[in-house]
Amino acid sequence: MSPVTTVNRESELLTESVFEQFQGRHPDLPPWLLQQKRQSWMEYRSLPLPNRKMESWRFSNVRGLGVGPFGLANAINGRSRAALAARSQDPGSYAGRLVFGNDDLLENSPLSRELTEKGVIFEPLQTAFSKHSGILEEFYMAQKSDLGSEKFAALHTALNRNGTLLYVPENVEIRLPLVSRHWAISENAAVFPHTLVIARDRARVVFVDVYSSSEASSRQFACAVSTLYAGAGAEVEYHHVQNWSERSLSFNTLTAIAHRDSRIRAFGMNLGSKFSRNEGHSIIEGPGCNAELYSLSLSHLDQEMDQRTRQTHRAPHARSNLLFKNALLDSSKTIFSGLIKVDKSAQQTDAYQTNRNLLLSPKAEANSLPGLEILANDVKCSHGATTGQLDENQLFYFLARGIGKRAAQQLLVFGFFEEVLEKIDNPELAEYHRRLVHEKFRNS
Amino acid sequence: MRSLEVENLTVSVEGKTILNNLSLNLPKGEVHAIMGPNGSGKSTLAKALAGHEHYTVSSGAVLMDGENLLDLEVDQRARAGLFMAFQYPVEIPGVSIANFIRAALKARQGEEDSFDALAYYRRLYAEMDRLGIDRKFTGRSVNEGFSGGEKKRCEILQMAMLEPKYCVLDETDSGLDIDALKIVAAGVNHMRGEDRGILVITHYQRLLNHIVPDYVHVIVDGRIVKSGDKSLAVEVEERGYDWIKEEMAAGV
Repeated sequence: MSPVTTVNRESELLTESVFEQFQGRHPDLPPWLLQQKRQSWMEYRSLPLPNRKMESWRFSNVRGLGVGPFGLANAINGRSRAALAARSQDPGSYAGRLVFGNDDLLENSPLSRELTEKGVIFEPLQTAFSKHSGILEEFYMAQKSDLGSEKFAALHTALNRNGTLLYVPENVEIRLPLVSRHWAISENAAVFPHTLVIARDRARVVFVDVYSSSEASSRQFACAVSTLYAGAGAEVEYHHVQNWSERSLSFNTLTAIAHRDSRIRAFGMNLGSKFSRNEGHSIIEGPGCNAELYSLSLSHLDQEMDQRTRQTHRAPHARSNLLFKNALLDSSKTIFSGLIKVDKSAQQTDAYQTNRNLLLSPKAEANSLPGLEILANDVKCSHGATTGQLDENQLFYFLARGIGKRAAQQLLVFGFFEEVLEKIDNPELAEYHRRLVHEKFRNS
Repeated sequence: MRSLEVENLTVSVEGKTILNNLSLNLPKGEVHAIMGPNGSGKSTLAKALAGHEHYTVSSGAVLMDGENLLDLEVDQRARAGLFMAFQYPVEIPGVSIANFIRAALKARQGEEDSFDALAYYRRLYAEMDRLGIDRKFTGRSVNEGFSGGEKKRCEILQMAMLEPKYCVLDETDSGLDIDALKIVAAGVNHMRGEDRGILVITHYQRLLNHIVPDYVHVIVDGRIVKSGDKSLAVEVEERGYDWIKEEMAAGV
């Protein structure tokens, strides 16, 4: 498939004209949203670019985060729509699915009548902004980012115009996953996917975000935000697949807010982008809840994956767990920096944070910065980081059995990832993650 | 053509010559034993055949059924039908035995060939049963936390599953008690056959009571200095290696 649109080279991200252009294209935004966007744009313009002297950008390759050749993407044509919809079949069975290309809605496979009648809302933001403005005014971008990407969160707020609102009323359980697929299509397009999941008390839901580029050789700028709210006793499982093209620059911010006795589990799979920045923040707002952040990354060539996390405990008797596993090939690089932050009132907290790296090449580089900030005095917290590698004796053993180097690396990566994959209850989703890893190896 | 022929092989490690013009012919259908004192070059022969990069072949040739083995990479040699059972099997955390052997078998197939998982497990379990390996081991990481005996049995299990044309067993008896030795020997004997050549490298004659060789070669200072039938192994066991060295010195 060839690029279907060309991007106006004048509309660089940092120029004032981008926002004017955006407003011109979307004259029907509700006033509250437009107001928020104007403010955010100002904020974006006033915040400094990241530099390595900032603690939250230590070790990160911040070059290239400034002026880019990127610009607002144009609409895509009908043939591309159909082709992309056809390529959006993964991860399998779903209760509802939205497919986006360059932030335009390409396909809407709505919920069953049964779920709609129970009050479940599964709506593209482009219409939700006016149809469900009450919910969005309360929840949309309500949680400020403060893990380093404030500037890019502001940019997202200014230029985001689509994505998914999922609202699940009290006591409603949705067994099959809800899926949103975001495609980035044209060269130098900037996209701003957004997901907002609100699970009211005792609701249960599984949501899957998949980000990919229509062409492996293209380059995009992706700046995504996802927010999960779990009401009292609710259960939210979230999957995030970052598979943008390997020339792309991407940001992703996930915030998971857990209220009393709720459970949130988030699984990230990071495969794409030349440079990706992932910020994950779990916030314990009520006692008795359990927030788990899991991430698997497979980097190769000169990919850089920068991960910053925080587990905030604001309430007592709660648990959070984090396990980030990075497998590195070639001369790729990862950074993990995590903080467990326990407020004074959050007694009887159990919080764990683990980063494991598997270096499959002597040129790969894994950085790990685990951290604790504990103000309560009766807590169980631990953090740890380990780095293992494929040594030459192991490699020789594989080779001596006829297993080539790439196949050996693949076996090790699957073994390494299984610790996380086996936590996924839905076998179709677990298999989807495995398939993605296979595909990356096949194409590497 | 139906043999593993080592011709005048000279191998060095870090500039030091270990094998010196060594020649050996292992036809299919036969079991040969190589015995020798410590430092004589026994393990070097095994690793040089397998293609370990630390072992530099400076001259000579190795033909496997007529194909020049030295032109092949380590993994190509294995896929072409050479198997080395390691003296010190390596631990591979996170990779189960079942997945490891399956990957080795798949590496021998074409890209598009299908893999019959049911038949694979049937065979795997049958071989494990024969070698007295608990079936639960299929899910355990390769060699991780295994006892010495378990590691060696796992080597023989891989050998049985991969059905190589030529097997080189590098001091497979080291670290085994007599019961484990018997099981391992039975596993090797089970694989004897017209279409397979087996080279047993050992320091002790003990193993050769259970794997009775067709020929025994004694290696000293990187060369085969004496060959004979199985009685040579008994003689070495009784008299040690010094008399052979003395014979060499005397030019007998």
